[in-house]
Amino acid sequence: MTPFHHVSGVAAPMTTPNIDTDVIMPKMFLKGVDRSGLGHGAFNLLRFNAGRPNPDFILNTDGYREACFLVVGANFGCGSSREHAVWGLLQLGIRALIGTTFAGIFSDNCANNGLLTISLDAATVSGIADIVANPARNRLSIDLEQQLIRIDGGGTVPFPIEPARKQAFLTGGDAISSTLVFADDISAFERRHWADNPWF
Amino acid sequence: MSGRTLYDKLIDAHVVRKIDDDGLVLLYVDRTVLNEYTSPQAFAGLRAAGREVRNPAAALMVVDHVNPTAARRTRQMPDADATRQVDYFADNARDFGIEYFDILDPRQGIEHVVAPEQGLVMPGMVIAAGDSHTTAYGAFGALGYGIGTSDIEHYLATSTVLYRRLKTMRIDVTGRPSLGITSKDIVMEIIRRIGADGATGYAVEFAGPALTTMSVEARIVMSIMIVEAGARGVVIAPDQKVLDYLEGRPRAPKGEMWDRAARAWLQLRSDSDARFDREMTIDAGEVAPLVTWGTSPDQAIAVTERIPDPSGNATAERKTAATRALAYMGLAPGTPIQSVPIDFAFIGSCTNSRIEDLRDAAQIFRGRRVASGVRAIVVPGSTQVRAQAEAEGIAQILIDAGVEWRQSGCSMCLAMNDDILAPGQRSASSTNRNFEGRQGPGARTHLMSPAMVAAAAVTGRITDVRELIGGDAP
Repeated sequence: MTPFHHVSGVAAPMTTPNIDTDVIMPKMFLKGVDRSGLGHGAFNLLRFNAGRPNPDFILNTDGYREACFLVVGANFGCGSSREHAVWGLLQLGIRALIGTTFAGIFSDNCANNGLLTISLDAATVSGIADIVANPARNRLSIDLEQQLIRIDGGGTVPFPIEPARKQAFLTGGDAISSTLVFADDISAFERRHWADNPWF
Repeated sequence: MSGRTLYDKLIDAHVVRKIDDDGLVLLYVDRTVLNEYTSPQAFAGLRAAGREVRNPAAALMVVDHVNPTAARRTRQMPDADATRQVDYFADNARDFGIEYFDILDPRQGIEHVVAPEQGLVMPGMVIAAGDSHTTAYGAFGALGYGIGTSDIEHYLATSTVLYRRLKTMRIDVTGRPSLGITSKDIVMEIIRRIGADGATGYAVEFAGPALTTMSVEARIVMSIMIVEAGARGVVIAPDQKVLDYLEGRPRAPKGEMWDRAARAWLQLRSDSDARFDREMTIDAGEVAPLVTWGTSPDQAIAVTERIPDPSGNATAERKTAATRALAYMGLAPGTPIQSVPIDFAFIGSCTNSRIEDLRDAAQIFRGRRVASGVRAIVVPGSTQVRAQAEAEGIAQILIDAGVEWRQSGCSMCLAMNDDILAPGQRSASSTNRNFEGRQGPGARTHLMSPAMVAAAAVTGRITDVRELIGGDAP
């Protein structure tokens, strides 16, 4: 996965709660056997009307077409486990999401692909959304090393992240290789586990 | 020190090693089930890295999401993309040595219906799979939870996943549900109370006297549907009903091994002094048939209620969301939900496609006809459920009522196959999700129990099922 260190760019507000993965990646784009073409699929039914860009959708409006951050509502990414939603957001150029709560599977999928999810309290998220709703003040930079969001429109916001997750984002490492270092532990565990539960 | 919850016991019994000091562990996973749409990129990743599947015997591959459900079953898929997914799925099963139920296999069906049917799910297991509704297995005293494709690949290569322990929530179900009320109504009532993110970050344990009297299949419905409140894992202490369900299944232990397993499984429960991070109680006796009016599963009301006014919402965002949902659904505040006419009725999905669901529906369809202008389809959860429903005469009742009796699959739960609604069409649906576009771009979904779907199908509008079964409707 692509490492995340310090990324600057436009943030788009999308604060409706419960935006689900069906909306992020509609079913028509789930029939591949690889990860290609999902940038077109991302928010497809909101972005396009009969093949034409929907002028009312935030990512089609002046100042937000190049957005690389979304400031999102509660429970973003709820519903289906489809990782295609995360692949599509990345292919659309989205590098980080700022919100209050993220759905569990979606959040893990983001971490596995280098899409940073930043969880903050509701008042802070709403404050950032209000600032970036003005296209003249919609740029941010996110410094993962320092755990800081710098808002061009004003202010700096620190954010929490677990050390292991931070390290994974910074290095962009391959989780499977890291786990296979413990191959002997897994085998030893398995022998005990099957002795305790021979019916498994 | 207080006792441990069943969830914590299952996690403790599966920790291979600690990864950091913040609760991240390497968790051993006993089983997975794979489908054709969330697994391809995981297998492609294994192939690219030259990795094997560490324990192929722990996995099962079942075609369920993209296949057609037409009554005459063939290997033909609805389109070229689906054909390629199923072909690649079969290649992966063969090349990695994993058991595979193809579309013509008499054991085929929706993964979460098939795995318990085959006895692959046992109390005490941890089961992770590439589908959010893997929580189904909580009903058996196994911890089931959904993962994405990267974690499927991680699991296949290592038999483990990286896991951060969840908070715990106990939901006690008390009281006695009245006639016509199913576990679907009870879980929908819980979701409307706690919200679509009310259980986000939690593993839920269902307990209580009304849960104990419920069938295993009714518990599966609760275990699957609570995902729509954000639950990431579900457990229910196994009891004799679970043992009766599992005994004799193809992959269940036999003979003396069964006796040992059964004794161990009945010990699996939360300690009486275990502490939960959150507890709630729901009185099943107060639950009415529930129906969603919006585009999130928590936007639900009792069938006797009127569609709420968005101005009643606490925050501006929720008000906007409710307004948007009503516009999408083509509904006005204040409308009695019972007056809303439907175009389509769907009974199926991993949530509500088992034999008890079909019996419930047949009770309503018996001696009645699907209303004119309504199309009704019933998609059994597995080929075995289909066969059983035919043997019990249920299929004939449905056919006589004018219902299309289909082959098994996920079908219109997510409409990845050719069972899809046209824009603006309105369905009564026994599924989990009423999201925008879920059953087709522009399609409008009302979630409810299978009996409620049947009631809507025969009257042509959303209907209080209690009026059709002589229950005490208010």
